[in-house]
Amino acid sequence: MALLNEKIRKEVRAALADVKQPVTLKVFTQTFECDYCKETRELVEEVAAQSPNVSVEVYDFIEDSKVAASYAIDKVPAVAIVGKKDYGIRLYGIPAGYEFGALIEDIKLVSAGDSALLPETRAMVAKLTKPIRIQVFSTPT
Amino acid sequence: MLAHQLAIESDLITADMVEVTEFPHLGQKYEVMGVPRTVIDETIHIEGAVPEPWLMKEFAKVLEK
Repeated sequence: MALLNEKIRKEVRAALADVKQPVTLKVFTQTFECDYCKETRELVEEVAAQSPNVSVEVYDFIEDSKVAASYAIDKVPAVAIVGKKDYGIRLYGIPAGYEFGALIEDIKLVSAGDSALLPETRAMVAKLTKPIRIQVFSTPT
Repeated sequence: MLAHQLAIESDLITADMVEVTEFPHLGQKYEVMGVPRTVIDETIHIEGAVPEPWLMKEFAKVLEK
């Protein structure tokens, strides 16, 4: 059964209309002991179906552990949003509710490949010399 | 979204969004009481969705370390 109704699909199609550069959604799942892994894969596939420039690749966290490690995936379900390169953007947990909006925005952002940040922010970020991990915790509502 | 924009801007930045009800152990570890809660480099904690200059004021502390 479809997770997204026609109204939402239409909105997603409109939101992704400007996505010109290809984006790949790499979904990491697991067969057992993973809440929402199946739903995450289905949801991501339904979103990708709304744009000709968004594709999905599905990996098993255990069987494809090398791929998971190469994307630094440490828990599932996970979605890596990858454009012409891997920018390091990950969603953990089913991208529903607040994260659904984030998924759509991330696809647009990664496709454009530009951060759209303030000049002073860009200048500050350019001073970084070591890797930084930012984690944003959210809930579905 | 700011976190993800920062990841686009710099190859040194990775940005995770974590649905905390599915990973309650992380919610406990990072003492998530309200959302969104942003954790930068394990040490800097920011409550709520803050404007870009505010976030960057906190971010500056990472550069000082």
